[in-house]
Amino acid sequence: MENLIALLVAAPLLGAAVLLCGGRRLDRYGHLLGTVLAAASFVIGAVLFFDMLGRGAEERALYQTLFAWVPVEGFQANIAFQLDQLSMTFVLLISGVGTLIHVYSIGYMEHDERRRRFFGYLNLFLAAMLLLVLADNYLLLYFGWEGVGLASYLLIGFWQHKPSAATAAKKAFLVNRVGDIGLSIAIMLMFTTFGTFTFGPVFQELDGAGEGTLNAIALMLLLAACGKSAQVPLQSWLGDAMEGPTPVSALIHAATMVTAGVYLITRSGAIFNAAPDAQLVVVVVGAVTLLFGAIVGCAKDDIKKALAGSTMSQIGYMVLAAGLGPIGYVFAIMHLVTHGFFKAGLFLGAGSVMHAMNDEVDMRKYGGLRKYMPVTFVTFGLGYLAIIGFPGLSGFWSKDKIIEAAFAKGGAEGWILGAVTLLGAGITAYYMTRVMLMTFFGEKRWQPAPAADAATDVEPSADHHPGELPHPHESPKSMTVPMIVLAFGSVFAGALFSFNSSFVHWLEPVTRFEHGHPPVGAAVITTATVVVLLIGAGIAYAQYGRKPVPVTAPRGSLLTRAARRDLLQDDFNHVVLVRGGEHLTRSLVYLDHSLVDGVVNGTAASVGGLSGRLRKLQNGFARSYALSMFGGTAVLIAATLLMRGV
Amino acid sequence: MNPVNYLYLAALLFTIGATGVLIRRNAIVVFMCVELMLNACNLAFVAFSRMHGNLDGQIIAFFTMVVAAAEVVVGLAIIVSLFRSRHSASVDDASLMKL
Repeated sequence: MENLIALLVAAPLLGAAVLLCGGRRLDRYGHLLGTVLAAASFVIGAVLFFDMLGRGAEERALYQTLFAWVPVEGFQANIAFQLDQLSMTFVLLISGVGTLIHVYSIGYMEHDERRRRFFGYLNLFLAAMLLLVLADNYLLLYFGWEGVGLASYLLIGFWQHKPSAATAAKKAFLVNRVGDIGLSIAIMLMFTTFGTFTFGPVFQELDGAGEGTLNAIALMLLLAACGKSAQVPLQSWLGDAMEGPTPVSALIHAATMVTAGVYLITRSGAIFNAAPDAQLVVVVVGAVTLLFGAIVGCAKDDIKKALAGSTMSQIGYMVLAAGLGPIGYVFAIMHLVTHGFFKAGLFLGAGSVMHAMNDEVDMRKYGGLRKYMPVTFVTFGLGYLAIIGFPGLSGFWSKDKIIEAAFAKGGAEGWILGAVTLLGAGITAYYMTRVMLMTFFGEKRWQPAPAADAATDVEPSADHHPGELPHPHESPKSMTVPMIVLAFGSVFAGALFSFNSSFVHWLEPVTRFEHGHPPVGAAVITTATVVVLLIGAGIAYAQYGRKPVPVTAPRGSLLTRAARRDLLQDDFNHVVLVRGGEHLTRSLVYLDHSLVDGVVNGTAASVGGLSGRLRKLQNGFARSYALSMFGGTAVLIAATLLMRGV
Repeated sequence: MNPVNYLYLAALLFTIGATGVLIRRNAIVVFMCVELMLNACNLAFVAFSRMHGNLDGQIIAFFTMVVAAAEVVVGLAIIVSLFRSRHSASVDDASLMKL
């Protein structure tokens, strides 16, 4: 059975190789090949899953070593896989959602002449992401980690003729690189401390390391997680990453890749459990990002950017839960999976709306779409109910558990974290209700399509008629079917996972689990959550449901304006990092000019001056030459005599 | 007579010659002073030959004379041609030997 593991990665990798090297002759059926190989990966994953279910809880993990990658004396890196319950969860999520989004992309990218290349990149992403979650050592995980970063870069900048997309891709790549430095330093620290970076041995030898070392490793891992999962302070790239095609936003920047940081923290749970200081930092990062993303999401008028703020916020929940230790790991992963369903569904819905509205992304120019796009409306609506945590739907089960776990942290910390998560739930309800109302309800605020310019003519819109009002229509089957499947997941996954605590029992052998004991009853917390979300949704309804929505955004309060600018994150980066870097460079250049060049030029000038003076001795008069000859000879003779005398 | 006195004489002649080379401007006189230094050397060679009782010094003196004769040919030729081009035999006028 374990021989199948490599095939999980090999199938999409083969697809990427064939599609990217195959050339134009594959244009006609390349997208089908990519989709079939993604589905093949899912089928293999399902086979392995049912096989795994047939074994006892502690014997479920499978291992496969393909070959020695870097066989050096004292340094052994293998291409080796580990498929345990945690990896299995990710494999099913990645290949499952990945396959659905491949299907969706067939319709969404139908009019793009580079569709084959798009599917090649998607397959490359799947291969790298599966490698990331299947690796049995940190070095191979790092390989996958970089692979998904590359795929993300290629896909954000897929419409590279748009300068904004090209810039966004570069930004994402650079910000991710900062996080990746953290991961590479963590691996080096592990190697120097433990002499290995394979998961099992590292986690067994933790007792031998000092707490300072463990804290350093854990903080470096957290830095990596912050970069990949768009957590404060490395969050600035996610909003701009929405420049990529919408299926990419759904797959990479909502459901899978951005959750890699949560995977890393959960996988390294043993290290974090032994490093309480770093764990506290994880919780703080999660809590800050949770509110940060939610506030940004409230102010954005661009539907995809509002959803991106929401993604950031929901991953903040997961990171917070992962930072709580064994009482939270399981719920972090559970929220990750349910979030994968509903957020991918929401993004696909947003893509469907954009498809119908001439690629308009400004929600102020939507309105009243529920009659024109019933399937999109219903699936998006179910995703909406799931993300705000409406009782009974997926988000309710997973988010409620995280809030309980936050309260169960105990002491003042527990109360603060609990309050933050509750507040976050309220803001989530507010901004998602706002998105829902502005898009599907109210009167039509549709605007004529802008004149098509050369830069936008290859975008995927079937009917782009400049100067005409859009004619919204339901999307084709290839797009609606994945949305319906994801909507099913959004509705039922949470209840399925919570039924008989099945998800807890499933993951417990890997991540360990402790029951948290919140200071107040679970029923009280659940009630509070529901009340808070009703308040949030109610405020949004009062603002956007009962009053008409202006087409141009009002000026808004100071906070709104700051949130529209992503809470000044780019300005902060610009002032502190860009300007700071410029000043540093300038002072270094000044030092180079004055000090280094000064020494070099000074030496040359003094040697030159000395030579000029020596040159004067050579005056051309034969008699003075004769004098120097006599003098020299006299000195030589005197010296010889002196030496002989001594 | 003590041969050392010849050495003193040789030293005296050499000093006179060297001083002449350094302070005189007329090329012919400088040239004659060079000859004086050579002959002072010859005198010293012969005196040493006598003191040590072998003939090496006397043979070297002959060599010196031959070299001096050759040098006179070349040196006088240079001085004559210098005088022809510059109408002066002063060594300080010909100060071209510099960068």
